[in-house]
Amino acid sequence: MAKTLEEINEKIRSGRAVVVTAEEMVDIVAENGAKQAAQRIDVVTTGTFGAMCSSGVMLNLGHSKPRIKFGGGEVRLNRVPAYAGLAAADLYLGATALPDDDPRNAVFPGEFAYGGGHVIEDLVAGRRVLVEATTYGTDCYPRPDLTTWFALDEINEAYLFNPRNGYQNYNVAVNRSERTVYTYMGSLKPQLGSATYSSAGQLSPLLNDPHYRTIGLGTRLFLGGGIGYIVWHGTQHSPAVERNKSGIPMSGAGTLAVLGDLKQMSSRWLRGASFRGYGTTLIVGLGVPIPVLDEEMAAQTGVSDADIQAPVVDYGHSYPEREPEIICHVTYAQLKSGSIEVEGRTVPSAPLSSLPRAREIAELLKAWIAEGKFQLTSPIAALPGAESGLVTKPMPHDPPSGNPSTG
Amino acid sequence: MRVSHRMVLHFPPVVTGHPITYRLARDYNLVFNILRASIGPEEEGLMVLEISGEEDDYRRGTEYLIAQGIRVQPLIQDIRKNDDRCIDCGACVGICPTKALALERPSMKVVFDIDQCVACGECVPCCPVRAMELLF
Repeated sequence: MAKTLEEINEKIRSGRAVVVTAEEMVDIVAENGAKQAAQRIDVVTTGTFGAMCSSGVMLNLGHSKPRIKFGGGEVRLNRVPAYAGLAAADLYLGATALPDDDPRNAVFPGEFAYGGGHVIEDLVAGRRVLVEATTYGTDCYPRPDLTTWFALDEINEAYLFNPRNGYQNYNVAVNRSERTVYTYMGSLKPQLGSATYSSAGQLSPLLNDPHYRTIGLGTRLFLGGGIGYIVWHGTQHSPAVERNKSGIPMSGAGTLAVLGDLKQMSSRWLRGASFRGYGTTLIVGLGVPIPVLDEEMAAQTGVSDADIQAPVVDYGHSYPEREPEIICHVTYAQLKSGSIEVEGRTVPSAPLSSLPRAREIAELLKAWIAEGKFQLTSPIAALPGAESGLVTKPMPHDPPSGNPSTG
Repeated sequence: MRVSHRMVLHFPPVVTGHPITYRLARDYNLVFNILRASIGPEEEGLMVLEISGEEDDYRRGTEYLIAQGIRVQPLIQDIRKNDDRCIDCGACVGICPTKALALERPSMKVVFDIDQCVACGECVPCCPVRAMELLF
């Protein structure tokens, strides 16, 4: 007998909801079967804490006296350029933005000590941030430049707005070349010397609802320590990639565009990070509660690491050259054991996303729901699913010779 | 009783001309393994050594070093995992050549075993949140 979301929310309000994490659900479904699990369990919480480079903050600083128009000018926050192409006082700062004088990879591999992600962490931690702006004056916005400080609680709106978060599965990175490569998947030792992966596996949000039955536009979630919402499918959302017989995608598939009030968030769950030779990024804590509406949802939230395959991709040559080769597939159970088999060799595997922190997020969400503080929402519109045929496309008019006019 | 210690030696410039490690082996019967050495003309020299031997020989050998004007510090004071910054992501585990940084199972937390550390320093720039600190 299926439950409705409203029934589940009623149980949450009256403190009677039975909530477990996705890891606990693995054992519950294994021991009792999906049908019984569906009757007993109301909500399964998921969590992940990893680098999500497509993240940033939308800020409105308020107007100066006399007024200044940021739009069309240049603005830097703690020396990191922000995007000022909207209106007078609206700014967007992305996680991978770097100060003008950062040497980048001039001395390789660069350190990338401070960038947009670090500014966001500083803001959320309550530290004051320097704004430097130069622009052109107008009759209505006469001021040509400005230098001032602000803290998060002093400004108007501050949204964390991340166009691509919560990847449904992702690559396992190895390096078949002769030299160490420095990537967003960490420093990879040559000749299959190491493998890295960045997913919470059986605890990961979209891997627990692989067909997006309950997760869609308007889904309320844990974001950066506060509340956020899914506002669209994320960039590069690719639901129509190959899936295994349980419907779990076998490579990076769905993504989420999420938004939330930065003022509710905390630097425990939003951290600026530096990847040697690559750049800066933001490590984001995200968790989605999944209502166990029926037996199918129970089975899907009962998915275990051994049932999820990830594609092993060579970052020494294939990834940078955009060659589609997948060397082999390995499961998250194998990855989390510390070593995997690739082309007949034993390769040490290490994570890049924090499983202890992902578990903490799932437990926190579980507590919020059990205490009646967090109710689930029903999607207002569905994320495009596999039946849409949507797979992310490469850049158009990619000239093989490198000459744009002859491409 | 046999002991084994890892230590960091800071040599003032005037001492860098003397064969200190030869003396430790020859006069004090100590086995040494040089983990890192950085000694140049006119500057303070630095050496990270693993020294093994009988406890008395070790004590006398250390006294000899100090008498030469060399500053001797146990390695543990020089390398630190800052647990306030660490997020247990595991990036360092992937790069550590000696498994001094490793994942504890089933918690999947990162643990640092200083006895395995050879002070190669690779974890420092590799940690995305700069939680590893090398203080020499």
